[in-house]
Amino acid sequence: MNALASRRAIRPGTVTVYFLLVVAAALYLVPIYLQVATSFKSFQEVKLATMWRFPSTFSLASFVKAWVGSAAQGMNGLAPNFMNSVYITVPATLISAMLGSLNGYVLAKWRFRGANVLFPLLLFGMFIPYQSILIPLVQVLEKIGLYGTRGGLIFVHVVYGIPITTLIFRNYYAAIPDELVEASKMDGAGILSIYANILFPLSIPGFVVVMIWQFTSIWNDFLFGLIVTSTPDLQPITVALNNLAGSYFVEWNVQMAGALLAALPTLLIYVFLSRYFMRGLLAGSVKG
Amino acid sequence: MSRRIISTLSIVLVLGASLALVACGGGKSNKLEIFSWWTVGGEGEGLKALFDIYHKQYPNVQIINAAVAGGAGTNAKALLATRLTGGKPPDAFQLHAGLEVEKYDPEKYILPLDDFYKSEGLDKVLPQDLLSLLQYKGHYWGVPVDIHRANILWYNKKVFADAKLQPPTTWDEYFKVVKALKARKIIPLAFGSKDGYEAGHTFETVLISVLGPDAYKGLWTGATKWTDPKVADALNTLKKLLADVNSDHSALTWDGALGQYFITNKAGMMIMGDWVNGWFISQNFTDYGWECVPGPKVFDGLSDSFALPKGAPDNTNAMNWLKVCASQAGQGAFNPLKGSIPARTDVDPSLFNPYSQSAMKDWTSEPIVPSVVHGAAATEKWATVYKDILATFATSGDVAAAQKALDQTATDNLAK
Amino acid sequence: MKAVARDRAISVALVAPSLILIAVFVYGFIGFTGFSSLTKWDSLEPNFKFVGLHNYQRLFSIVPTDRFLCDLRNMVTFTVLFLAGSIVLGFALAILLDRQVKGEGIFRNIFLFPMAISYVVTGVLWRWILGPGSTQSGGALGINLLFDKLGLGFLKWGWFTDPTSVYIHPDSHFGVFLSHIGLGGLATPYVGISLAMISVAIAATWQMSGYTMAMYLAALRGIPTEMREAARVDGASEMQVYMRVIVPMIRPITLSALIVLGHISLKIFDLVVSMTGPGPAFATDVPALYMWETTFRGNNFAQGAAIAVLLLLLVAVLIIPYLVSSTRSEVRR
Repeated sequence: MNALASRRAIRPGTVTVYFLLVVAAALYLVPIYLQVATSFKSFQEVKLATMWRFPSTFSLASFVKAWVGSAAQGMNGLAPNFMNSVYITVPATLISAMLGSLNGYVLAKWRFRGANVLFPLLLFGMFIPYQSILIPLVQVLEKIGLYGTRGGLIFVHVVYGIPITTLIFRNYYAAIPDELVEASKMDGAGILSIYANILFPLSIPGFVVVMIWQFTSIWNDFLFGLIVTSTPDLQPITVALNNLAGSYFVEWNVQMAGALLAALPTLLIYVFLSRYFMRGLLAGSVKG
Repeated sequence: MSRRIISTLSIVLVLGASLALVACGGGKSNKLEIFSWWTVGGEGEGLKALFDIYHKQYPNVQIINAAVAGGAGTNAKALLATRLTGGKPPDAFQLHAGLEVEKYDPEKYILPLDDFYKSEGLDKVLPQDLLSLLQYKGHYWGVPVDIHRANILWYNKKVFADAKLQPPTTWDEYFKVVKALKARKIIPLAFGSKDGYEAGHTFETVLISVLGPDAYKGLWTGATKWTDPKVADALNTLKKLLADVNSDHSALTWDGALGQYFITNKAGMMIMGDWVNGWFISQNFTDYGWECVPGPKVFDGLSDSFALPKGAPDNTNAMNWLKVCASQAGQGAFNPLKGSIPARTDVDPSLFNPYSQSAMKDWTSEPIVPSVVHGAAATEKWATVYKDILATFATSGDVAAAQKALDQTATDNLAK
Repeated sequence: MKAVARDRAISVALVAPSLILIAVFVYGFIGFTGFSSLTKWDSLEPNFKFVGLHNYQRLFSIVPTDRFLCDLRNMVTFTVLFLAGSIVLGFALAILLDRQVKGEGIFRNIFLFPMAISYVVTGVLWRWILGPGSTQSGGALGINLLFDKLGLGFLKWGWFTDPTSVYIHPDSHFGVFLSHIGLGGLATPYVGISLAMISVAIAATWQMSGYTMAMYLAALRGIPTEMREAARVDGASEMQVYMRVIVPMIRPITLSALIVLGHISLKIFDLVVSMTGPGPAFATDVPALYMWETTFRGNNFAQGAAIAVLLLLLVAVLIIPYLVSSTRSEVRR
């Protein structure tokens, strides 16, 4: 980034930019404040009429209760199901990102006959409403021995993640100039080594975007987690979070604290991965 | 360079796959898996009390609480449907007594309990009306643990005392009370309709009161026509009722409305089932009174029971669970915590709070009719459309359209 | 020549697993769903007695309930507001962040944070914020209370408790005109804007605009600075740089965003259940919620399947031609 351009970035308009960003950030944080404040309150303090008030004490009791549960009330905490979510989300995210990358690569750079029809066909799968296929899904999984297992849940997430990961990667690779691939081909490289040597290194932002998406969707998924891993010892944390509530009895402070705990890993992933939003990644990759 | 990348890729994939493999596994030992939608609150505590009794008698059995919350049991029902058809059923599951059992194809998926009823002598301690409700296609399918009553008018004692009002026993009295409360800027009837079934629930209580128990029961068998002018009367009464509820009812569940308006003395009454009693217990609120919904004294009942899936290899543990649920001790431990009353007629009333004691008396003395919104009077297929029609009516107030729709869906569902 | 053939074989082999899985788990199931929708399946034990289009007729009729028609209207309202909101907001935030501000990382994480929260919690939080409180007891709550405090009490309204549908009334001038030209069917409450859905759209936009921001930001970063420099050197103002250089280059991102957000809006479920439920007169009901209730509460599997088929047809009719044509135009480029 040359000096001329960086000087250009500091403008009178910069004040406006900062102002707008701060206002937007404040607005975005309003519901978060509500969630965090509620999670620090005691059960008696949680009332709709006083929901904006600061908690009177900053007690971590709700967080502990959400994590550990309360045997007397028959409340199971989140702790037993946390590792299930890890075992399920990490492999599923990695595998579906990899699959999406390979699919996107082929569809964007190696257009064999029919590729243009294949892409919409793959994509259409994204729109299938999952509630309507639960019964046949369970029966197919039972036949291949994956029903009621975490492996089965990973499998399901990978399958239904194919359309969207392929979409994101295909568009990402489509934006990379074909000349890169052509030049490599002329040097005698084959499809796999072009991927490994040229495209994979350039894919980091694509992987960031896809993995943020997949990690979030899979970690926060409730429906498949409930139905495919059908028993409480295998179900992910979203099911446990759902069960912190009763039919007519919800301790909102515990619920909100639990939701924050359940969201922590996703947040950490965001913080960790967004460091890879490198600037001008493709800048200068095509010279002359 | 490419080799390195490919080998890194492979390591990542292998790591991922092995984590996935760790994720598989699990064996079976001496377990009892109980499936319900009773997670937290009085019902969660009641379930735990049953677990404790079971554990004392059978200490070697590991009890797994497979309860799933949410959607008034719809989440649990979805999971149960997939587990039954997928071949991995729980050991015992919660079921509303009555026609709700139809949705599980009981002849294929559920174990008939006729012998159990005989050996435990249940036909002697359960009221006759309940026994006929529990039968479907000539068999018993579930063991009832509790009884709830749907048609109660709850009122705030302080609000009524301040306004010098008596709880109404007829609709004329009711609307006079409404007028008086409005004059004092009190919301006459607290109402929460967020879950979509509450208008249907309120309407069933009005139907019972306007038609009487026998004509009401006839609606679900085809003996009473939905085009009957009395049904129109009931719809008009409901319309008048709903004209004086809190304006934000669609944002609140019934317990939200209670918390927002009833216990803060901003509303005078609520029509809802007696799980309200359980809620009051959990809030330590006692300044309330109750009456049967204006009209004849009829017990609009619903019941939770436990059923066993068919074809389980060894159901000794599950059978013992049913024994605990059906026992005096079990019902005496569960119901006071949940705020409901026992299905058995021989449980000690002193274990219960004033409301429950009066309900237990009514249970043995008043005629019993099945609730439709809570799975007793009609199949769930019919009940779901019924509640939708009433939800629309609550906003539109179009009596003729609602009556036509109710008649249409009755025709659809009776035509089997 | 051998290399080309080998590469071709490998390319097919790479996508083959995905194709097979999608064929079974998407198209196979779609076929099964389509078939079920034409039957009378309403118990656990499948009952495949053929009833033709009966389930579809039921859905589109007003008797016994007009729930599905309301759902379609609500879905359209929600989709338009949610897509427009997320794309515009996401793009605006991305442009702001692209100015190399200090603390970009913090801002980025703040805008992305809502996406980490599950829809259920988002629904509850926004229900608390936008819940209107009752008009009777003077108990305004949430944002209505804020309006009161700021002296803006006239802005109070029912938010998601307001069942109004804004539509062309058949007796209005325009309505009469429409019936003259044979389009009288458009003057009905089911072709309109469900005001209650605005609240739901606000919650959803809050949740997802961070993601569109991230997509746009990644794309903006990918545009070589040389191109921007060249435009600036040519004397273009900042605004013109954006309009002429940047916006056209990120069209593929907008298309991606539309598809990703579109599929969320079509299937929106958890947010609605926890925030509003079906709403007064089904003002906030959505097809996915109706499908869930009719299938797993009402046990009417066939009708649930019919709803699913209709949703898919809607997608097919709207999205596929758009996709195919834009894919082709990319190839030509």
